[in-house]
Order: sequence, then structure tokens, then C-alpha cells
Amino acid sequence: MYSYTGKILHIDVGTQKTWVQEVSPEFLKKYLGGVGLATRLVYDNTPKGCDPLGPENALCFACSAFAGTTMPVGTKHGVASKSPLTGFIGDSLSGSHFSEMLKRAGWDGLVITGKAPKWTVLFIDDDQVRFLDASPYLGMGTIETQKAVRKALGDENIRVASIGPAGENLVLYAIIDNDGRQAGRTGNGAVMGSKMLKAIAIRGSHPITVADPQGLMRETLKLIQISQGPGTQKYRILGTPTNVLNMNKMGTLPTRNFQQTTFEHAEEVSGETMHEQYTVKAVGCAGCSIACEQWAEVKEGKYKGAIAGLDYESLFALGPCCGIGSLPPIIRLAQLCDELGLDTMSCGVVIAWAMECYEKGILSKEDCDGLELNFGNDDAAVALVQKIARREGIGNLLADGTKRASAKVNKGSEHFAMQVKGLEMPGYDVRGMKTFAAGLAVCTRGPCHNRSLAYEIDVKGVVNRFIAEPGRGKLIKEKEEFAAVFDCLVLCKFLRNCFENFYEEAARLYTMTTGIPMTAQELQEVGERVINLKKAFNIREGWTKADDWLPPRALSDPLPTGPGQGCYVKPEELRMMIEDYYQARGWTPDGLIPKSKLIALGLEDIAEDIGVEEPAVVTQSVTASK
Amino acid sequence: MATVGYQHIICDPTKCIGCRLCEYVCSLTKTNAFDPAMSRIRVVRIEPITMTAIACRLCADAPCIFACPRDALTRSSKNGIILVDQDKCDGCGWCLEACDFGAIVMNPTTKRAEICNLCEEQEDGPQCVKYCPKEALSLSTPEVVGQQARREVVQRLFEELLAQKE
Repeated sequence: MYSYTGKILHIDVGTQKTWVQEVSPEFLKKYLGGVGLATRLVYDNTPKGCDPLGPENALCFACSAFAGTTMPVGTKHGVASKSPLTGFIGDSLSGSHFSEMLKRAGWDGLVITGKAPKWTVLFIDDDQVRFLDASPYLGMGTIETQKAVRKALGDENIRVASIGPAGENLVLYAIIDNDGRQAGRTGNGAVMGSKMLKAIAIRGSHPITVADPQGLMRETLKLIQISQGPGTQKYRILGTPTNVLNMNKMGTLPTRNFQQTTFEHAEEVSGETMHEQYTVKAVGCAGCSIACEQWAEVKEGKYKGAIAGLDYESLFALGPCCGIGSLPPIIRLAQLCDELGLDTMSCGVVIAWAMECYEKGILSKEDCDGLELNFGNDDAAVALVQKIARREGIGNLLADGTKRASAKVNKGSEHFAMQVKGLEMPGYDVRGMKTFAAGLAVCTRGPCHNRSLAYEIDVKGVVNRFIAEPGRGKLIKEKEEFAAVFDCLVLCKFLRNCFENFYEEAARLYTMTTGIPMTAQELQEVGERVINLKKAFNIREGWTKADDWLPPRALSDPLPTGPGQGCYVKPEELRMMIEDYYQARGWTPDGLIPKSKLIALGLEDIAEDIGVEEPAVVTQSVTASK
Repeated sequence: MATVGYQHIICDPTKCIGCRLCEYVCSLTKTNAFDPAMSRIRVVRIEPITMTAIACRLCADAPCIFACPRDALTRSSKNGIILVDQDKCDGCGWCLEACDFGAIVMNPTTKRAEICNLCEEQEDGPQCVKYCPKEALSLSTPEVVGQQARREVVQRLFEELLAQKE
């Protein structure tokens, strides 16, 4: 086998027992790696109905098939577990050197179960697994931990993935950081914390061989060159913060907890301003030829010295969404989130929710530990981030995310808890993007722009984004599958505009790398298979169609300003688009998956678990669509 | 030779993004497998934003040559690269320790020292330079880098001066 090792390392941190699962090329071809493989490992190793923060939940890592090769943006890994935030599949991606090292240590994936008796650092040194005392690192930030572990182990080449104080304190949206990149969403850091695992250190000494080295070198050189062109210009020059002004112009920039969607300070917090005044360096992940990560540094004023790699999603959540209209506090907040180990997106949206509660009198100054939580109060936001990471005072309430916090506080605050399935919304107000509205409602990990990608349909003007109509379901399905193939290969989506025929080219590159025959058609099917697998996991864990929905604000409060003024997503529109999507997927009107569908996708065992016998009419449409 | 030093791989740290594609390419070129432990160019990343790549700088009075107790290291009269006689080398590592830049690597398989040879066996020269996505790497000399810096700084100053006049 080329590139793949065919081996998954299972570690029970409770009993300190390890075992090796051999996997076949046929198995790997079905899930590829990354999100696909990690999700399959979660499905197989997490018992139905388990507590996400209990020892039974399996925290799974999976390499990219391209990790450690010259395939640009291919050195990434997936992390998945049952999410403590949503109770459904919690799949996340991170970039950089960890994936390469995991593969060089001899593993396509890692399954971690159990709960360590005390705080532990796992050290995977090729096929040796050691359980080290983590007490010297407790309370340390993510990057600080990685540096300290490397120093203690005496080898700068060791790669480390670690949690920060937020993960230790089981903040439900805690992240796992490696090399300054994060498996950011759905709370995998809390799962790692629940296992009393502070860090995973890896050292690998094996070479990575590929099936056709000369062919791969030739093809990847072409891609490296193309990726310096117009297809990635946005990411290379301003980075994703360039979206601030675009979203503001479209009237979809979530502002003050989605009360407004245009921000009077958009210019001050734009990618352009950041580039001119704050950006000091563009940084790439391992094997990346693009370098979207723009590091911004504050040179003067009260946030002097603050430095962070800032992307649009972090910026929207910690900036406009909290009513904060200048970059220095946003840079500081992002830095704090990264170091403390918090998801910047959930954290920003949670703080915005608390600010709205405060301004509406639902939370008093006393409730907020004396903080005046008005929108735009950056001092309060900075204090709050630290309280959340340590679960102090009001931070303890906010550490559970907007869904749980609003259910506890009540008093109408659920209306503006901007979450679906428990995960906070990304930086696009869906009232002016109706395809994306349905896309986020049905997304298996909760509302995620990266998993859905349906915003492209609205942003690029493929459809009239202010109206809902039949046919959107199919568009959403196609975008989801396109995204899923990237997430499984794994390739960073920022390369997506560098292909002429993505499925053809990616299939060829996959075969050159792994030696496993792959056609464009087969690759596309992986996308469909993995979306169904993720959905199947959710169904097994109790999903019902009521979980595919949007927050009340999106369904009733008209947009106050911008080109979409007056727009909102009418519940009947959303229902129609969701049913259209289920139909496009070949699912039942209730969003369940027919057995025949799962069998056709090669998921026979899962068909037995959760597949439904479909009525005759659905069978026909499934057969007809083939 | 009009220039003082030999041409070698130079990395511009302001352009380097720390991607380590150079390590991947170098190891593949030398071993036909992706194995950064075999790479003769190494990226240094010091979080958060300090990064550059280091390969042999072909020093004029190369301390590695003097340090070798077995006289395994010699300089090529053709292009100045440091050649390691793999039969004489016994992997003692003194050359690694003598190098101020940490630019010599120990091959973990053969346990012998290896040094960047500017891909002299490749028709199109150093492969790391060819694959560097940001043109951070170049085959150059400090003198030429200095020449470019002089031109750039003068050009910038004059542009600013002209802009002020307008």
C-alpha cells in the first residue's frame, strides 16, 4: 500500500491498553481519510447513546491521503467524536504538521477511548505509546503546552496537539490546537479534556512512499503554480477577512448578535484595514502553497503586543457580532481564544447573545459578575473570554453554549440564541441567503459554512438569494458532497478554484499517491457516502427532523437594513426547501435514510442499524435517479 | 569568479510561509520517498511568525571541513559544494556540531552526514527552489542579494520622494 499505512492505532487511556486495527485498501477507498475516516471510526467505536464527555466516546483522528507529500494544501487531518455541544457527529479539520507526523509514525488514524486516571500527555513514538504525567502543563495555553512538551521530550521535530484551559474545564466548544491551527468546531477539545488528556505528542520516523512519485511531482508542481494565480488571490493577499466588506455590502454581516446585518464600523474592521495597518506575516500550514493565514499585530494602545492569525469567521464573531468596531480588541480576543483553547466562532456568538440579554435586561449587571455587557464593550468581552475558559461566574453559564445557556436563562432569550443543533451560527446572515438558510439547517454537524458550502450559490448569484424555490435541495446536496470530498481527501477548500475538473483531477492525484484506482464518479460517491454516514450517526443518536431547523430570529425578524431589508426565512419556505433537499438525497420526507440508499452506498451494516423500509414511491425515485 | 562567495540556497524569511514543501521535495529528490528526516534543507518555525529555511551556505572557510577527523569532507572545485565521502564518513557528527547554521543532516538510515549539493545531478538545478510556492528560496550569493536590496531600497525611496513632490 502506498501513502496509507493500513493501520489504525487504538488507545484506551483508562487502561493504557493499545491495539492495532488493520484496514484494507477497499475500506480506505470508501472513506479516504480526514472527516470520512474519522467519522467511520466514531461510528464504529462509540456506543449508541453514550455520554459525549464520558469515557466511551471515541476521539478519532484521521490523516489525509496526501499528508506529507507535495500535494499542495493536502497535509491536514480530521478529528471527530460525538459532539458535547450537539450530541451528534462532531467532525472537525485542522491543518499542518500533525497529520504528516501521524502518518510517518505509521498510522492512518487514531482512536482514543477511556478516561485517564490523572492528567496525561500521550506520546506516540512510532509504534511505542507512552503515558506521561501532564501536571506540569495544566493551566497552560495551547501553544505554550506544545513548546513545553517538545522541550521536555528533547526533540523539536515532535508535533503536538493540545488543549488549553478551556478544554481542561470542559467548555463545550473547546478546541484542539496543533501548530497554531485548530480543530475548532463542535467541542472536540472538551472531549479530549474529559479523557484527562492534555496533549498528544507524535514522533514518526517512517518515509511516506507514493505510487507514482514522478507523476505526482509533475502534477503537484502545476497545482503549486496555479495556486499562485487568480483562483486563490483572495486568500493570499487579504485572507478571508476580505469577506467583511463583501458581507456588509450584501447586508449579511451578522452584527450585534444578528440584530443588524450591516455594520457602521465595517470599514474599520475590514480585511483591507487589517492588511494596511496590522498584518505582519502570511503563514502557511504544512504543505500549503497558498498561506491564507494573515497574522495581525497591534503595535500601540491598550492592546499593544496582541497578535493573532485572524480569519473572517473569528473576526465576524468577535467583532461585528459583539458590536466591536476596531481591530485591536478583535486581535486580542482571537489571541485569547486560541491560547485558552476556545472556538472563536462559538465564543463570539455566545458573548453576543449575553450582550443582547444584558441590553434587554434579561441578564443583570450582578448576573454578569459586575461586567457591563453592552455591545461594543471590548473590556467586558476580554474579561468574559477568560471567565468562560475557566468557567468562572457567568463564564460557567456561557461555557455550555447558547442553546443550553438560553434554555437555563429563558425569558425569551431562546429567540436570539443563534444556534442550530447547539452549534453557533457562522458569519453569514441567512435571512438574505435562502439557499444557505436551508443548507445550514440540514448540516449534520450543526450550521457550518465549510461543510455546507451552499453560500456560494447565493453569493455568486446562481439563484435569487432572497427567495426560496424548489430545486435548491439539489444544489445544496451537490455543494455538500463537493465539500465532503475535500474534507475526506483531505484538501483545503481554498484550492477549489484551481481545478478545471475537480473530480477528474483529484481522482487521478489520489491514484498517483495511493496506487488505489479511483474514478471521478467513485470519488463523487465518497462525498455522498460520507454525508449519509454522518447523517446515519445522527439518526442513531436520536436525530429527528425537528433538529434540522433555524433559530427563531432567522424565521421571524425581518432584516432591518441592506439590500435584503424586510427579508426573513418564512417557516413554510424553510420546510419546503428542507423537504426538497431530503428528496434530492433520496431520503424519506422525515429525513430518514432508506435501507436501499445505504446499501447502494456500500453501507450495508449501517442500513441494518438505522435504515428504514421506504414506501414504494420513494423506492421508485431512488431507482430512477441512478 | 567575480563574486566572493559560492552560490547557495538562500531563503527570504519575509517570504517564507513555513510550509515545508522544500523538505518534502528535497527528500523525494534524494530518496524517492517523502521523508523530511532525509531532507538536506530544513525549515525552522518559531511560533508564531518566525520562519525560514536553512541549507548549506557553502562557507568560505567551512568549519565542517576542518572538523572532520577522517577528512571525509572536501570542497568541490566545480561549484564549491561540500562533498561527503560516504566511505570515509563514520557518522561521528562533528561536522553537524561545527556548522553554525545547523545545515548538515545525519541520514537516519545510513548514519552518515549529508549536505545540500544544490541538486547538481538535476538538469534544472535545486528542486526546493523550483517548488517553493512563494519564491522565498533562491540559488544566489549574499552579494547578489545585497545588489537586489540596494536596487529595491533606492527605487522605493525615489518613489516616495516623487510621491511627496506631487
